[in-house]
Amino acid sequence: MKVFYFLLIFALLIIGGSAFVAKFSFQEQFQMLKDISLGAMSVFTSILAILATANFLPKDIEDRTIYTILAKPVPRFSYLLGKLIGIFLLLALAILLMTGLFLAVLWLQERGVLAETRAQLQGGSAEDLALALKEVTNSTFNANLFPGIVIILVKSALLAAMTLFLSTFASSGLFAILMASALYFIGHLQATAREYWLAGGDISWWTRALAGGVALVFPDLQAFNFVDDVIAGVAVPTGLFVQVMALGGLYVAVYFALAAMVFSGREL
Amino acid sequence: MIARRIAAVVLLAVFGAALIPIQVQIAAEAKAAHFRSTELNLDLREKIGQMGFLAALSGFRSPLAAFLWIEAHSAWENTEWGRMAGLFNTVTTLQPRSILYWDMAAWHMAWNASVAAMQDEKQPSEALRIRAQRQYFQLGKDFLERGIRNNPDRYQLYLQLGVLLRDKFEDHAGAAAAFLKAAGFPDAPQYCRRFAGYEMAKCPGREREAYEFLKALYLQGEKQRLPTLINLLEEMEKKLDIPASERLDHP
Repeated sequence: MKVFYFLLIFALLIIGGSAFVAKFSFQEQFQMLKDISLGAMSVFTSILAILATANFLPKDIEDRTIYTILAKPVPRFSYLLGKLIGIFLLLALAILLMTGLFLAVLWLQERGVLAETRAQLQGGSAEDLALALKEVTNSTFNANLFPGIVIILVKSALLAAMTLFLSTFASSGLFAILMASALYFIGHLQATAREYWLAGGDISWWTRALAGGVALVFPDLQAFNFVDDVIAGVAVPTGLFVQVMALGGLYVAVYFALAAMVFSGREL
Repeated sequence: MIARRIAAVVLLAVFGAALIPIQVQIAAEAKAAHFRSTELNLDLREKIGQMGFLAALSGFRSPLAAFLWIEAHSAWENTEWGRMAGLFNTVTTLQPRSILYWDMAAWHMAWNASVAAMQDEKQPSEALRIRAQRQYFQLGKDFLERGIRNNPDRYQLYLQLGVLLRDKFEDHAGAAAAFLKAAGFPDAPQYCRRFAGYEMAKCPGREREAYEFLKALYLQGEKQRLPTLINLLEEMEKKLDIPASERLDHP
């Protein structure tokens, strides 16, 4: 149910935002609508992934629901997998709804601009009108946006799996949220640490060791940051898209396996 | 339990080590495809503040750029040209792959700010007004040149650079070169090539080259045979004293 609050905020943000940017040129309007909507999608799914996952294990323990479930012949592994799949579905639904809302607002805005353009060029040549309309449609929708949105979903799935791993040894939901948030920021710096570590050069051993530690233990979240450039009209090459998806899948599998390993030995 | 946690962290590090080559490859491919070209350095940190920098680091560059663009628009409404230039610098640093931001920033500087500088009533000296105007032209050109360095794979900014050099600098050779660059892209509009020819025709000493270029365009077919091109060809035929038998048979 709380997901719908997120969606409500998202809807208010993009509808309010689209009304606010009405004074700009249509290219600017579309660019800003995409900037705000996809940025918000990325923020909301990341927050949702962390908050939804961090709470369920400590909450199930606190409510004693977990004892009822695990008293039945349900392996701990299956219990965790069920929870994770549930969160993945929740994230997919949230992304789907946000994408639908975003496309609807974009379409409505495009219709408005197209009608305005037709009115302005009334009486002009058909060729000029066709060119002007094409310019509007070209700056509205871009099929490259879809791979960007899919990568947002994969990144949020990774965050969910990572938070699940943290929650298997966290004593409270708050601890898991704080840890996952810290890891989120460190994960975005992992690529910088890795480059620093691999480049070597004239750096002290402990700085190198620290950079190496960050590069090895934390996930590379920058690898999933395509949306900023996708909004700017850059197409994600298929090969790169497949590799990033595979990397996301690997992270999810490993974090889940480690979570299951820690959880199987946890005293409840 | 503790042993399992330690084992989990060790396994995580082993997994991390195995992933390093894949991560390096993805980073290299992303760079080759012109992704993530933003320089997140101390200079940007100073421009956007700590929270903004944190947001940019966390992958929220595009919404941040949009908010700063709205701020730049407010600065435009208040004709705060200096503040606008600073904000445009930040926005384009955050979103270097957005053609729109580079293009609009250049346009505001070279067209709007330069006119405002020329009409500045607070500045009685005409020489200083002209100087300020030229500085804004240059600022516009800088935006386009930096934009091109960040987007060498797209034609739009070459085209805009051509327009700027033609209209504000009267640098016809430079404009012709920029239009030609733009025309070299498969998705560039046909008029880029015509514009290059028109500018070439204005370059002293390149009339013959321009004539051959425009003639080749004319011979491509009806789509290129616009009144400007036909008139220019007629003018050049007279100017270059082209024999009647070699002249084009245009209406």
